[in-house]
Amino acid sequence: MIPGPFSYHRPATVADAVKLLSSLGEEARPLAGGHSLVPMMKLRLATPEHLVDLHGVAALKGISRSGNAIVIGAMATQHELLASDEIGQSLPILHEIALLIADPQVRYRGTIGGNVANGDPGNDMPALMMTLGASYRLEGASGARDVAATEFYQGAYFTALEPGELLTSISVPVPPAGHGYAYEKLKRKVGDYATAAAAVVLTMADGKVATCAIGLTNLSETPLLATDAAKAVIGTSLDPATLKKAAEAAVAIMSPAADARGPVEYRKHVGGIMVMRALSRAAACAK
Amino acid sequence: MNDMTPTREQREAKLEGMGCKRKRVEDIRFTQGRGNYVDDLKLPGMLHGDFVRSPHAHARVKSINGDEALKVPGVLAVITAETLKTVNLAWMPTLAGDVQMVLADGKVLFQNQEVAFVVATDRYAADDGINKVVVEYEPLPPLIDPFKAMDKDAPVLREDLAGKMTGAHGPRKHHNHIFEWTVGDKDLTDAAFKKADVTIKEMLSYHRTHPSPLETCQCVCSFDKIKGELSIWGTFQAPHVIRTVVALIAKIPEHKIHVISPDIGGGFGNKVGAYPGYICAAVASIVTGKPVKWVEDRIENLTATSFARDYHMTTEIAATKEGKVTGLRVHVLADHGAFDACADPSKWPAGFFNIVTGSYDFPTAHLSVDGVYTTKAPGGVAYRCSFRVTEAAYCIERGMDILAQKLGMDPAELRLKNFIKAEQFPYHSALGWEYDSGDYHTAMRKMMETVDYAGLRKEQAEKRAAFKRGETREIMGLGVSFFTEIVGAGPSKNCDILGIAMFDSCEIRMHPTGAGIARVGSKSQGQGHETTWAQIIATEIGIPADDIMIEEGNTDTAPYGLGTYGSRSTPVAGAAIAMAARKIKAKAQMIAAYKLEVHEGDLEWDIDGFRVKGLPEKSMSMKDICWAAYNSVPPGMEPGLEAVSYYDPPNMTYPFGAYICVMNIDVDTGVYKVRRFYALDDCGTRINPMIIEGQVHGGLTEAFAIAMGQEIRYDDDGNVVTGSFMDFFMPTAVETPHWETDFTVTPSPHHPIGAKGVGESPNVGGVPAFSNAVNDAFSFLGSTHIQMPHDFWRNWKAAKNLGVFA
Repeated sequence: MIPGPFSYHRPATVADAVKLLSSLGEEARPLAGGHSLVPMMKLRLATPEHLVDLHGVAALKGISRSGNAIVIGAMATQHELLASDEIGQSLPILHEIALLIADPQVRYRGTIGGNVANGDPGNDMPALMMTLGASYRLEGASGARDVAATEFYQGAYFTALEPGELLTSISVPVPPAGHGYAYEKLKRKVGDYATAAAAVVLTMADGKVATCAIGLTNLSETPLLATDAAKAVIGTSLDPATLKKAAEAAVAIMSPAADARGPVEYRKHVGGIMVMRALSRAAACAK
Repeated sequence: MNDMTPTREQREAKLEGMGCKRKRVEDIRFTQGRGNYVDDLKLPGMLHGDFVRSPHAHARVKSINGDEALKVPGVLAVITAETLKTVNLAWMPTLAGDVQMVLADGKVLFQNQEVAFVVATDRYAADDGINKVVVEYEPLPPLIDPFKAMDKDAPVLREDLAGKMTGAHGPRKHHNHIFEWTVGDKDLTDAAFKKADVTIKEMLSYHRTHPSPLETCQCVCSFDKIKGELSIWGTFQAPHVIRTVVALIAKIPEHKIHVISPDIGGGFGNKVGAYPGYICAAVASIVTGKPVKWVEDRIENLTATSFARDYHMTTEIAATKEGKVTGLRVHVLADHGAFDACADPSKWPAGFFNIVTGSYDFPTAHLSVDGVYTTKAPGGVAYRCSFRVTEAAYCIERGMDILAQKLGMDPAELRLKNFIKAEQFPYHSALGWEYDSGDYHTAMRKMMETVDYAGLRKEQAEKRAAFKRGETREIMGLGVSFFTEIVGAGPSKNCDILGIAMFDSCEIRMHPTGAGIARVGSKSQGQGHETTWAQIIATEIGIPADDIMIEEGNTDTAPYGLGTYGSRSTPVAGAAIAMAARKIKAKAQMIAAYKLEVHEGDLEWDIDGFRVKGLPEKSMSMKDICWAAYNSVPPGMEPGLEAVSYYDPPNMTYPFGAYICVMNIDVDTGVYKVRRFYALDDCGTRINPMIIEGQVHGGLTEAFAIAMGQEIRYDDDGNVVTGSFMDFFMPTAVETPHWETDFTVTPSPHHPIGAKGVGESPNVGGVPAFSNAVNDAFSFLGSTHIQMPHDFWRNWKAAKNLGVFA
């Protein structure tokens, strides 16, 4: 549980950080909250020669409103998300999920950028970002580009980030007022990754579902957007048969691994239940 | 008398003696980060050692090359079995009469087994060195399933035992067999089963788990070449035993070995045995002439130092159709891993498992235990229980529920029908124990009344009906557990460790001003001895607990003791403390008589001193007697006021309790909710009710963890799949249920203060309460027994197997 040797860098600007990452090449890793990277280094499963600590980059902090979107700096901590009234009013589901991430000590340190950029299928934020239609700003030596969260995840720990690129901010479109939301996460204990989890954001009109998006956490190598399941509930009042149909559609795209949380069969089964429960709870809180 | 004269109540309260909820004095330093643990120790020039460990469960070690490691800056030595052979320490004896490799000698027998010890100037360099040691392995087939250990074609694990068909506990039947242990009357028991109206038979597995104390195992060894003395600071639950073991195996005279256990962050049995880390750090210090520190990390602790349980118990009960038990037959297959490193008293290869008749009046019983080797970590320690008592309690308490189900009787009613009656104590059990005292019926009825047992059963019946009508997906279970512990090892007639009788000891020195110090052979790992030991002395000799300092853990100053585990401290060391205090009091009485110019027999004890019978104003306080002991003792008496007591208990003590768990389970997800948990404990005389409550809370939390998910699990290749807190279930305050505690008091008749010990009762009684709750919830769907651990997915699987989703 002792990491190998590495050099430590602490740039003050995004430009310097990007420069360091591109010049040091594949042996360099950006360091945000460190909750994924540092344990891997302690097990020597990750052995970067250079750590580029982003805590000195002021431009990566902050939460602001830009038109109809909320822009969150990559180095905003889970605690800062929870402390933000803007998030609480516009993206209440983000508060719900941030509160499910481990414990206060972890949330003081863990960042949203690290959470979404690492490509860890167990992290809760990526599926939510897909559900909300968020996009990520990636900055590299050749400039900046925006990539939709739905296009970002390619495999476990594999993302659209190119070598030398840094995820600098997240832009989340604000859902309509009165939208319903819920994140149902089955876990063994506080701080655990989901055995299965489902995020739902929907709007209701005349007692029927008008729009709906469903995201799934830890039920595949990447977070999933359950498009067919969401389609199945549009125009319905979420009667038991519809819920069942949506769950079946969601289960059809799940491919979790068996682990200590349970065999594949179980994780898919409860994945479907999380979808049904999230849909019902989201509809109940929609106005 | 003026208003300033304290009342009797005030004098009594000032002592903070037995029965007082005295606040824990050690918490002042613990809550301020001022504890002094092994890893806090930093000696000048101290080196650090760490292990190269095996990635394989079973493999031949073809070569170990440390050349590249020695090139790493700061790395000073790479110690292997070959190095240890030069000092005859490649293998070490275990407490169970087996031998264990210190470092891999020719082969490895479990994943993460110690292969080489790298010594360096700091922890980082040691780890860098580990990564440069090249070990060539030739993988061999693993042996994970204990039921296959004695197959004809099972791989030979212990090549060192080739041809030795007799072990420390008698004949061996197979190359992977360790021992067979039998107790009881086989013929009588067989006859009881033949005659029985009703019998049950079920294989009850108690899975492998781990004590996982907050602080892992660690030590600092420092060898002084000039004086030829070895000092060892370590996380030892039994420091004197470690000193003797070191003297025996390292051939250093015992007076030149100084073993010190500083503050310890939890033990739960994990810190009783001797581990390769201790030997390697000592050898490294002898070789380098410098202090060497070894500190385990969490993964190493979970995967390499002593596990607990792994008992597979085929349980049979014979009974009349009215529900009176007539016989018990149990066969245990005990998985000991690669070496038999069980920490039991030497003559007890399966500990006190023969307490398996529990709280019930079985006319006859027969028990046999087969120990086997597998390619898993060694151990088999008493994880917050007396030796193998949790396993025994689980066996009988599940067995009684299964019998109740078969008879169509209520499980509480079945227990009440079969309890040993209060008037039967002292009670001789069919498997050889003499239970000291108990009143089981009173405890059980108090539990049933407090929780409204009948009301809960009625609610359960309604819920079951609703479930069958499809109105709910929740099922409800009531887990009843009535356990009898056997603690306080133990009487020299049947308990020893490596030949040393399991007494314990106390030395008290009273200073002239009426304060004093007591040194005890036990060793607190969080139990609060500094608080409770002083309370015993306070009541016994009338000196406030605050004026008594308690010291443990330094083998140079503490009298020889066998340490703290198996709830033995209060039954054995607690008795030694009371007996030493009584010696002080006896001498004090002589001094008081001399000073008051009366005959000793004319004095009577009065809270905090002696007074002359019939003349209460003529008295002498203990504080004044202390002063007199140093300047005016009777002619011919030695001055001073000190006493030592070594206490060899005449019998074990037998705490008991009535627990109940009320649980709901969502069949769709397997998620459970503990609605209520009530624990009534009878530990005899209660020394500090607050500490007892804390002990019960802690033990129940561990019981909850074990029953509901905590396991050390191996995959088919012998890899540990639960080797970190990510997967090894360690509940937080969020998952932990609310605990309700209660008590009755049935003192031990043979213990000087009537106390029995309590720290482990909640783990012993808690596990069956949880498991019975889960099993009770599913029983109406046709289930007889579902194996632990009862985590979410297994509950769901149980529901599925019972056709709930059909």
